[in-house]
Amino acid sequence: MSEEFKVEIVNPEKSFLVKNDVSEVVVPAFEGEMGILKDHISIISFLKPGIIKILSKSGDENYYVEDGIVEFKNNNLSILTSAIFNLADMDKSKQQDLLKQAEAEANKTDINDQSKYLADQKVEVLKTLN
Amino acid sequence: MASLDDLKKRIASVKSTQKITKAMKMVAAAKLRRAQESAEKGRPYSEKMNNVILNLSSGISDKENAPKLLSGTGQEKTHLCVVMTSDRGLCGGFNSNIIKKAKSYFAKILDEGKELKIITVGSKGNDQLKRVYSDKIIENISFKESKNANYFDADKVGKMVIEKFEAGEFDVCTIFYNQFKNVITQIPQAQQIIPLNNEGEESSSEESYEFEPDEDEILSNLLPKNISTQIFKAMLENSASEQGSRMSAMDNATRNAGEMVDKLTIEYNRSRQAAITKELIEIISGAESL
Repeated sequence: MSEEFKVEIVNPEKSFLVKNDVSEVVVPAFEGEMGILKDHISIISFLKPGIIKILSKSGDENYYVEDGIVEFKNNNLSILTSAIFNLADMDKSKQQDLLKQAEAEANKTDINDQSKYLADQKVEVLKTLN
Repeated sequence: MASLDDLKKRIASVKSTQKITKAMKMVAAAKLRRAQESAEKGRPYSEKMNNVILNLSSGISDKENAPKLLSGTGQEKTHLCVVMTSDRGLCGGFNSNIIKKAKSYFAKILDEGKELKIITVGSKGNDQLKRVYSDKIIENISFKESKNANYFDADKVGKMVIEKFEAGEFDVCTIFYNQFKNVITQIPQAQQIIPLNNEGEESSSEESYEFEPDEDEILSNLLPKNISTQIFKAMLENSASEQGSRMSAMDNATRNAGEMVDKLTIEYNRSRQAAITKELIEIISGAESL
């Protein structure tokens, strides 16, 4: 029996990525990282800023996401996100831009605790990429 | 009858107008294709989002404490209407159709004695609405600078709407846009986004989900996103509709100009002929009298 399932990442503009031969996906769920294998129970969760790791036969891929929702059902993993970047395509300057934005957001004083937490997360994740 | 010179000038001017409308039609056709493509590409996101929310809201046990964005504030006193139109004219009935739809809705609300607030997106809608409803318009947004509808802009509108909702400025929010059916037909739509109107739609699966964290928290995170997504969808539909509408309007204009040129040319030839005949008669009668 194959141990592979399907993953689909969509952003508002288009279907970002569709892969059929994925063996494991690690997503930065809100309450901690979550590894998803085949035949996982149906689950809905949302993401905090972090790295999505996709492990498949055709090679591993890493994506940086800022937010999103994951839905896993019948061996179909859907990830809805409004901001996603492939780490392989991301160069230093892009990374710095994002980091600056995140830092500016984190330093705002008039935001609520949750957005503050999310902004801090962004900064942290982006810093570790360097 | 107009003189030959006048006719000539008119023919020339109609011809140059025809050239312009023809060019606009072709530009609209090219843009339409792009807009249609992005509208189609954007569909999976909003569909999936809708699906997840359906699954979630059916899983909520405690309806009383459901997030306000889903269940509403419990009253319907103040209505917020987001009227989405284009920034450019010359697109047939595109803008007037939305405005007409919106105005009939406004009249209904005001008749019922409810309060009305309007946000206009796109300058054309603002131009038309401010004549009658200038005191109701609270915000006017225009995305003249951005070439294509993008999520960033939609998110801005969405965040503004949510901010106002949380400040208790309105109870019900409806967006007005044109749904793209095909090049000739665009259907003006009024869609209620707050509170979310899911009645009549059943959750696709009976399967139960595991939620992490719990439903309420996911929902309260998801619903604001859904607002932006719905607005983005409306923007995509709108931009496809705008180009389609402009294309058919310009097509008609080109054809009308062609007909007009034909008519004017016939008139021109006739009066030229008449002038020649008149001159001939004058010469002949002059020669005869000698």
